[in-house]
This record gives sequence, structure tokens and C-alpha cells, in this order.
Amino acid sequence: MVIKLITDFVKRVLWDIFGTKKNIKLGFYGPPNAGKTSLANRICQDWIGEDMGKVSKIPHETREVKIKEKVDVKQKGKKLTFKIIDTPGIATKIDYEDFMKFGLSRKESKNRAKEATKGVIEAIKWLDDVDAVVVVLDSTQNPFSQVNITIIGNLVARKIPVIIAANKVDLERSNIKRVESAFPEYEVVGISAKEGTNMDDFYSSVFKLARKV
Amino acid sequence: MGCAERIKKLLKIIMTNKVILLQGRLKAEEEVRLIEDTMVMIGHVKGFKGIELAVLSSKKDTSFIPMIRSGIANLLVGDRDAVTVIGPASIIKDIKKDPSKMELFFKGK
Repeated sequence: MVIKLITDFVKRVLWDIFGTKKNIKLGFYGPPNAGKTSLANRICQDWIGEDMGKVSKIPHETREVKIKEKVDVKQKGKKLTFKIIDTPGIATKIDYEDFMKFGLSRKESKNRAKEATKGVIEAIKWLDDVDAVVVVLDSTQNPFSQVNITIIGNLVARKIPVIIAANKVDLERSNIKRVESAFPEYEVVGISAKEGTNMDDFYSSVFKLARKV
Repeated sequence: MGCAERIKKLLKIIMTNKVILLQGRLKAEEEVRLIEDTMVMIGHVKGFKGIELAVLSSKKDTSFIPMIRSGIANLLVGDRDAVTVIGPASIIKDIKKDPSKMELFFKGK
């Protein structure tokens, strides 16, 4: 316990002096369609000028874990280097007929559902390989879903530091206060990954998160 | 009973189109194991679309810290004040939850 306290103190001092950290594995988790890939794309566009993955209104667009290495983020004279890990949305049910409502054929929908189930399993396995996590939630939706609670509960159980990005603040139905009241023990940052709203605050929060790694 | 066996038992009941009410809640590793195994079954069992899962607790759901603070008893039995509902998505259309209540919506025939 004493050794851990000393180690944490030394880490903080070194961080304050040198302000750099190498390859923090930053995972993006959350339910489908919350905007994980949109946020990962926004970060990659801001710092390396390219997207990370495809986005779509159809849920489960990201169906396998995507990784971008060595993304340097600078904030107030300090630099962080990330390995960004964008994960498929976690769900407890996947119905191929839901995809057909978006105009996909039965065959395409069944394939998508099959890939989506594998993606959820892969996302869960990656929980063992991340240093810190941004949980991306759709701020227009009810935050009290069990999937959200399960994801955060598992991160806590694994002692992985977490912040919550309440996405889609550009939409009228966005309600950040509801997200904050659902998860009062976590830092919640309201953003719009699509519009780039409040990204400075988001990066500040990520830097604070990195100190806990 | 180990985690894998417990989840296997729960899913076996769910596959018979039953809704399960548990006193207490699943542990963190059991919840993700349940989701993983559910996903495997969606891929392999015709007509199975997954599950609906919800936990109603008198404590804050959002963190395991209150559980740890309230002592070892809760860690062992997983928050006895909670009720966990698990059922097949083919029967349960939705489970709406806010902190103080839970509503189950069943699919009509």
C-alpha cells in the first residue's frame, strides 16, 4: 500500500515535469450507435488528418475492433501518445430484422447480425487490453440501460479508469444532466463528435484520465 | 457453482422462453459472460435474438464502490437488495428503467 502510494506520487511528479506518456491504450466502449467511431474519427482527424472507420445510422456499423497506433494529442504544452481502440457496440440482443428496416436485404441483414455478434464478443475480450476507457453514450437516450451499467461496472471491477462522453449534444433531445445523474461518480463530458463541439474539454478530460493510468 | 456453469444454467432456462427473476445481481464477470454466451447462441440457435437484462437495486446501480463499502457480505452474494430480470428478447419487447422503477413490456401475440 505504501509502495503503491509512493509509486503513484512519483508517476504524478514525472508526469508534471515531462508531461509525456507512451502509447496509452485508450478504448472506446458503449452501446451501438452512440457515436464511438464518430468520436474516434474526430480525434484522428484532429491529430493525424484521417478517419478511423466508417459511420452509419444503421446500428452495428463497426463490427470488429479497429486500432490506430501512435496518435499524438497535445494539450497545454503536454503530449500524449495513444493507441486508439474503437470497439463494436455492446448489446444483449441482435435481430437481423432490425437491419432490414434500413433497407438491407434479408441476406445482408443476417450477415450483418452474425458479424455484429462476433464484434460484441471481441469488444468484451479487449477489456483485458485497455489502459483507460471513454464510454460513449448517446445523450438523447435513456442512460439507465443495463448495457451501460454492465460496461462501466466491468471497467470498475478491472480498475480501468473511465470517463463518459455524452455524445450528440447538437441534437434537441440531448440531456446531459440525465447522464450526469445516472453516473455521478464519473466525469461526464458533453460533446458532439459529428460537429466537433466541446472537444477541448474532452481532450482536457482525457489528459486527466491519463494521469490515473 | 462456477461462473460458466451458472450462466449456462441461466441461458438454458431462457431458451425455454422463460423470464428469470433473481434475488441479487450477477457479478461483473458473470454479466459479461452472459452477454458473450448470448452472442454465441444468437449465431447458432435459429430464432434466438438475444436477451433483455435489467437490474433494479435500492443502491446506486452505477458503481461497485457502494457494494465494496457495504462489506464483504455484499461482495459474496452480490447486492441482495437488487432484483435481476433476464428474459428472451423474443418475449420481452423492452425493459424501461429509471433509478426507482422498472417496467417490462412484453411482445403481443
